[in-house]
Amino acid sequence: MITKRIIPCLDVRNGRVVKGVNFEGLSDVSSPVELARYYSASGADELVFYDITASAEGRRLFADVLTEAASQVFIPLTVGGGINSLEDFDRVLKCGADKVSVNSGALRDPSLIERAAKRYGSQCVVISADVKRVNGVFTVFARGGRDNTGLEAVGWIRRCVESGAGEVVLNSIDTDGVRGGFDLEMLRAVSEAVSVPVIASGGAGSVQDFVTLFKTLPRVDAGLAASILHFGEVTVADIKKALRAEGILVRI
Amino acid sequence: MTGIIDYGVGNLFSLKSSFAAIGEECVVSGEADTIRKADRLILPGVGAFEDAAEKLRSSGLFELLLEEAGRGKPLLGICLGMQLLFEKSFEYGEHAGLGLIPGSVEPIADLIAPGLKIPHIGWNALRFTRDSELFRGVEEGSHVYFVHSYHAAHCEGYVTSVTDYGGTLTASVQRENVLGCQFHPEKSGAVGLRILKNFTDL
Repeated sequence: MITKRIIPCLDVRNGRVVKGVNFEGLSDVSSPVELARYYSASGADELVFYDITASAEGRRLFADVLTEAASQVFIPLTVGGGINSLEDFDRVLKCGADKVSVNSGALRDPSLIERAAKRYGSQCVVISADVKRVNGVFTVFARGGRDNTGLEAVGWIRRCVESGAGEVVLNSIDTDGVRGGFDLEMLRAVSEAVSVPVIASGGAGSVQDFVTLFKTLPRVDAGLAASILHFGEVTVADIKKALRAEGILVRI
Repeated sequence: MTGIIDYGVGNLFSLKSSFAAIGEECVVSGEADTIRKADRLILPGVGAFEDAAEKLRSSGLFELLLEEAGRGKPLLGICLGMQLLFEKSFEYGEHAGLGLIPGSVEPIADLIAPGLKIPHIGWNALRFTRDSELFRGVEEGSHVYFVHSYHAAHCEGYVTSVTDYGGTLTASVQRENVLGCQFHPEKSGAVGLRILKNFTDL
């Protein structure tokens, strides 16, 4: 049977990995290529590179880093950040990305998902949504969690999947950076609404959080984590060992 | 020298990098001369069967692959590339493949338990059903990375490994010098690199 995936996420700015706490107060952690190699060797099932650069120079540095990582690491690589057009898809796929994650780009132009799925296949297109409760309603935010789009999240994600997105990354702004566990309520709502894999993001603070995630929500396929892993408090192997001990299938 | 067939389908970056990582020479090409000179061939592929088969035909590679495989040159199809080795596929209609291995490509939806997600995406374990040089040094139960909604069926005599996903899916096949894997060895970590290395020893 298919295994649950543990996916380290590397936020990259100007060629270096950073991790935001509630999207603010970024701190430099390490080299993306080093981290990618380390994670791959320690059992990560996949890696996400998120480009949070705005400048052209930063984009170039990101492309270099991605190309280098992709030529040394042989697990699936997903790239996100600044994906607004098919040209952006092309740009990162050429550097060795396997999947491309779209967030604000799809909010600006919802046809992007359909066009990308047609050209590259659904397996290549990931819809990533930053979601926060507003008056009790799961609401989609754009631009790294800064702009309230007013869109209800479950409906939005379902539409993206119908347009051809092959996977969903659900990032809860409410739990992101807090390290108090994944947003189970939000994840339940989304994973029950779509038939494609759902990747949980935002809130991983301990090994136990992953156990709780997969025990509570068997329809969630993968857990994403950044700071908890980057600072070395917990390793991918620790997480997998705990999951296996609970009878949850993992690749070890 | 391994020739990786370039026919405008899929991303060849990782496959090329994998060869660098295992210290083996490869050339990515759609040119008949280069392909003829290669010691062995890899047919990659991602996307839709019909479109890929059409690209092989219009580029003349279809006939060339039949010739080269017919001469006994090792040929490894990966993912959609493996599906193209079969007689036909039922992905959006019925389309003819290379016919190098008897059998057909059919939707996994017909055989897996209801409620399971399609495509079958992620790491799943290999169960060997027959000896194959491709898996020398690879342990039973090793995990490899899959992304697919169709799989090879009615090819029982040629299946070398399967994987379980609420039903038994064909993971790899071999008919003499013609081999295929449904998973992506170039995305399957150390196990995948070992499989590619094994192929270069053929």
